[in-house]
Parts: sequence; structure tokens; C-alpha cells
Amino acid sequence: MSQSNNNAGLASPTGLASGLGGQGMREVVAIIAVAFIVIGGGEFLLRAFDVPQFILPTPSAIGAVFASSEMATIGQHYGYTLVELFAGYAIGASVGLVLAAVITQFPFVEKVITPYILLLVTTPMLALVPLLILNFGFGYAPRIIAVALASGPMVMINAATGFRRVDTMKIALARSCGASTLQIFTKIRVPMAMPMVIVGLMIGAIFGMITAVGAEMSGGGFGLGSRLTTYSSTLRMPEFFACILILAVTGITIYAFFFWLGKKLAGWES
Amino acid sequence: MNQTTDKALNVRGATKTYGTQTGGVHALKDVDLTVRQGEFISIVGPSGCGKTTLLWSIAGLHKLTSGAIALGDEFITGPHPSIGMMFQEANLLPWRSIRKNIELPFEIRHRRPDAARIDSLLNRVGLGGFGDRMPRELSGGMQQRASIVRALASDPTVLLMDEPFGALDAFTRDEMNKLVEEIWLESRKTVILITHSIAEAVFLADKVYIMSARPGQISRVIDVPFPRPRSLDLMETREFFDLVNLIKHDIQHQPKVPNAARGAA
Repeated sequence: MSQSNNNAGLASPTGLASGLGGQGMREVVAIIAVAFIVIGGGEFLLRAFDVPQFILPTPSAIGAVFASSEMATIGQHYGYTLVELFAGYAIGASVGLVLAAVITQFPFVEKVITPYILLLVTTPMLALVPLLILNFGFGYAPRIIAVALASGPMVMINAATGFRRVDTMKIALARSCGASTLQIFTKIRVPMAMPMVIVGLMIGAIFGMITAVGAEMSGGGFGLGSRLTTYSSTLRMPEFFACILILAVTGITIYAFFFWLGKKLAGWES
Repeated sequence: MNQTTDKALNVRGATKTYGTQTGGVHALKDVDLTVRQGEFISIVGPSGCGKTTLLWSIAGLHKLTSGAIALGDEFITGPHPSIGMMFQEANLLPWRSIRKNIELPFEIRHRRPDAARIDSLLNRVGLGGFGDRMPRELSGGMQQRASIVRALASDPTVLLMDEPFGALDAFTRDEMNKLVEEIWLESRKTVILITHSIAEAVFLADKVYIMSARPGQISRVIDVPFPRPRSLDLMETREFFDLVNLIKHDIQHQPKVPNAARGAA
């Protein structure tokens, strides 16, 4: 039935992007049809083979969670997770951006600092969470710090790549018009860095979310990650998968937002 | 043409040395040059002869090691609002629309863009209605037209052109040369053109300056006698051909310098 889809969808770079752009009914129909087949097929197979709910719950059981009274609890804990994510990311991303913009102007400083940034990028921040909890208790603090530490270096290292892109001719053009160092920065360097800055912001946000949930699973008793621990240890799989679904949708939303932002601010590239 | 020397461009004893591990390289040595207001000159020479260094110094983008450059009675020590510059390729900022690109010099100088002048210039170069397009939507020739508008929008006295049409195909290049001559006849800017194409240099200029490398010096000045306006047919005449060959011969028989010793310019 969706075979009559005249490669209108294939021509666009990503199905998601064109779907967001509201391009053509045909694509929307195809997306819904595929989702219907996947979810319906899953439901059918799980029922047909009589798979127990605690191994893999049916889509309908997961869907039912969203209508149940448990949803209030899940929603509340999701709110905690979002607070950690936004707070940690705001700190991490802004520090990362400022560092990237400043450091790339001073090659010597950059050489000295880059190894430490790389160290932060490659160290799984989750591993530090027990230590952070030891130092900062079971509240928001260790999680926000972990999110900032996970997202900041990601933002920084990508943004720095962007700020390092120097186009002598474009800078000469600005200078020939009498541009100051600040004007060269705002009118040439920042726009040139923008595509990489947005990539950094996106990766940073997604790493931040992963770290927030992971940190919650390490202890503290609140947040969606702690719900995951609770539900899995009590074999409440429909609730468990409902939380996973919420996190997946959050991740996709982050991706879609930065995709949109990238088109708006750096659409000139590619 | 009137000999208005009030805004003549004068270069006196321009010398530029670059320090390298093997010692200093003379990119320019004691270059003297006078361009009358409204005159169109072109500079040709082998790569590494310092012609770009000379042009960038006039633009205020390079500091001379010694010597001076003056526009009228004003010394040029940095970028000057009366000097506009066109770069190799169009050098448009890809994140700005054509109009926003043209407005950049105004923005940098905190001046309100002259919208009427920009519109009439856009129409003049055949880009009327393209102001809101992005550079990537335009062909190479159209992009270069936009960069002409950008250089002329603030009505400079002097226009510097740094190999502006090197990346264009031969037909587009001829077309651009014709357009540049027309615009020059209408506006009578003082123009200095740097080019690798001797035909282009001869077609456009009143005088062709030949430079030699190591050290970068002006070795010869040739007056171009052809009347204006010039048509593209001129390029097929014997006289034109002879003049081009004369210049080519002159450049080829400059004292040879080993390739490795050529400085960057």
C-alpha cells in the first residue's frame, strides 16, 4: 500500500526533516503507515507467541501506562530529569562555548588546554557520579555537575573546530572595510563557526541527557533514571518501557530542535 | 581627460621584506607608482613578483617595511574608506544574501547603506531582483558581479582588483571585462587591476605595469593606445595581439630566478 510512494521521500535528505517541514501528504501517510505496521506487528507477534509481559510488554500495555495513574509519578520524575538536564546543560554549554571562542584565538593556550578537554570528552562522566554523590550528597548537585561535565567538553571541542576555521580572504575582506578585531569575530568568525557550534550543542545536549539518566540510576531516588531502576527491579516492564519511550522522544526532540536551529542559522552550508 | 591630480595615488619607495630562515626576501623593493585620478592601470608579472603584496599594501592590509603610499595628500597606513577592493573569486559571505553582502562594508563602518545606489548598481550589472538570493544560488559570473557592486556601493575613489576573474570561464571573463570597462567609463574610478591574463590587462587598462620577481620591482610600463570604448573585437586585431605578445615576451625574458628562491607574494 505504501509502495505507490513515488520516491518523493527518498529524495529528501532525511525523512524526519522533511516530515517536520510539512512536505507532502504522501510522506506523512507513509510514516504513519510504517509506524502502524511496526507497532501493530509487534503487538501481534508478542500476543501470538504469548511472550510474558515481564520479558517484553506489548505496545498496547506500554500505551496503557500513559493513561494510568502511574503517569502522574512518571511525569513528576521526568520533570526532575529535565531540570537537571537544562541546568547542567546551560552551565556546560555556555562555559564550553565561551572557552572555545576564547581559546581558539590564542593558539598557545589552546595547545596547553586541549589535552585536558580531550580527557574530559573521553572520560565517561557516569563513572564519576558515585564520587560526586559522595561529595555533594543525593540532591540535584551531583547530577547537574555530571551533566555539565558531559555536555560542556562536547560543545567545546566541536565549537573549537568551528572557530578554528579561518578563511584568510574573508577576514581580509572585512579588514579592507576597516573591521575591528571584534567585528571580524562577530561578522566572520562566528557565522563561519556556526555549523560546528550547532553540531556541538546537539551532541552536548544528547550526552547531557544520557548522563542525567545514568546519574539518576546511580542513586538519589528521584528522576526518570531512578524510576527505571525501580520498575526493572520490580518487573514492571510496561512502566519501564513507557519511561524509555519518553526518553527516546526527548532525544528525538533535542535532535529535531537543533536540526531546525541549524537550518535557520547555518543553512548556507551544504 | 582632465589631469586632476588631487586624488592621485602615489606609491614611493615601497619596500616589503619577509623574514625567512634563510634571510629576508624582498617581496617589493623601491617600487614607485603614480596613478592619476580616473586612470585604469593593470599590473602583470610572474607569480611571486610581489604584485599582490603591492595591491594589499595599497589596500592597507599589509604594512610596508619602508616607503609610503598616499591617496591625494593622505597617507595610507590602514584600510581607507575611499579605497574599495575586489578579491580573487567573488569572496561573498555564503551566510548572507546578496544584498546583505553588499551592505557589509556599510555595516562595518556603522553607516546606513545607500539603498538607492545599491539598487541602481545591481540593475546596472544585471542583478536587479537578485538581492535576496543567497550567493550559492548564483553562478560564478553573477557572484563576481555582486562583488563589483559591493566594492562600488560606498563610492570609493580607488578600486583595487586582485585577480578578480581568474576563476571564471573564458566567455564569462570576456563579458565581465566588457562590463568593467563600461562601468569604469561611467564612473571614472581610479582602478588598479592585478591579473594573470595579459589580454585582460591590455583590454582594460590605460597602462600596463610589468613587474619582475626577486626583488619585486616594476620593470616596464607600457601605454595602451587603443581608443575607448573598446569592443571585444579589439582582442582579435593584430595590434592587440602584438601588444600582448610584446608583454608576454618581456615577462618570459626576465632574468630567471630559481623556483625555490621565490618568495611568497
